[in-house]
Amino acid sequence: MPPPADFRAQIEALRPYLLRFASLQLRDAAAAEDAVQEALLAALAGEAGFAGRANLRTWLTGILKHKIVDTVRRQAREPALPPEAEEGPEELDALFARNGHWAERPAGWGDPDGALGQSQFFRALETCLERLPSRTAKVFMLREHLGLETPEICKELDITPTHCWVMLYRARMSLRECLQQTWFGK
Amino acid sequence: MMLTCKETTRLVSQGLDRELAFGERVALRLHLAVCLGCRRARSQMRFVRKAVRELVEIDLETSL
Repeated sequence: MPPPADFRAQIEALRPYLLRFASLQLRDAAAAEDAVQEALLAALAGEAGFAGRANLRTWLTGILKHKIVDTVRRQAREPALPPEAEEGPEELDALFARNGHWAERPAGWGDPDGALGQSQFFRALETCLERLPSRTAKVFMLREHLGLETPEICKELDITPTHCWVMLYRARMSLRECLQQTWFGK
Repeated sequence: MMLTCKETTRLVSQGLDRELAFGERVALRLHLAVCLGCRRARSQMRFVRKAVRELVEIDLETSL
């Protein structure tokens, strides 16, 4: 096991990574900072829990995930902000004709994996994520970024599974459409 | 009864979040077999999942 000072330094070195991880979910620099701080304190207090594990970053990220979920849960309990214009289904409806078939068939993306090697692509993806309504984005990131299962998301945010699936569906369709417009269609 | 593209994309999305019932899987397969647009939408939704999972890694590397 590394000596305490060394352990602390190793943890500190991972702070930027952890901050970025938390910011993607929380969209709020102060809240992300708090979650990371709590995670680092918990990590220092629980150093023994790390003994023998191979990857410090994975271990810290696991602790941070719990802190982020705590934050999301607290936020969900706070008196609701003025109800967000509930993410209108209009945008989605425009993709389909009256009979439920594509108004315009989606274009192919060729071999999209090539985009994963380009940092500009990830900027485009982030911009698309920012365009999602905030509740939709929150649910989507809990699912795809933190990897929570939908029953957990429903419980934390106090919504029904059906509502959860609808929001995930809208998020995926909007992101698909946004990436088509801002990246793959260019 | 054939699914519409709207219903199909909804099921494709739910298939990323829960286990689909047997009947749903059959209906989905039947539709996807004949619909290029929905096959594209399916692979694009899967790609979005993959890209979001890599987001945190990539951006950090480039911002250092």
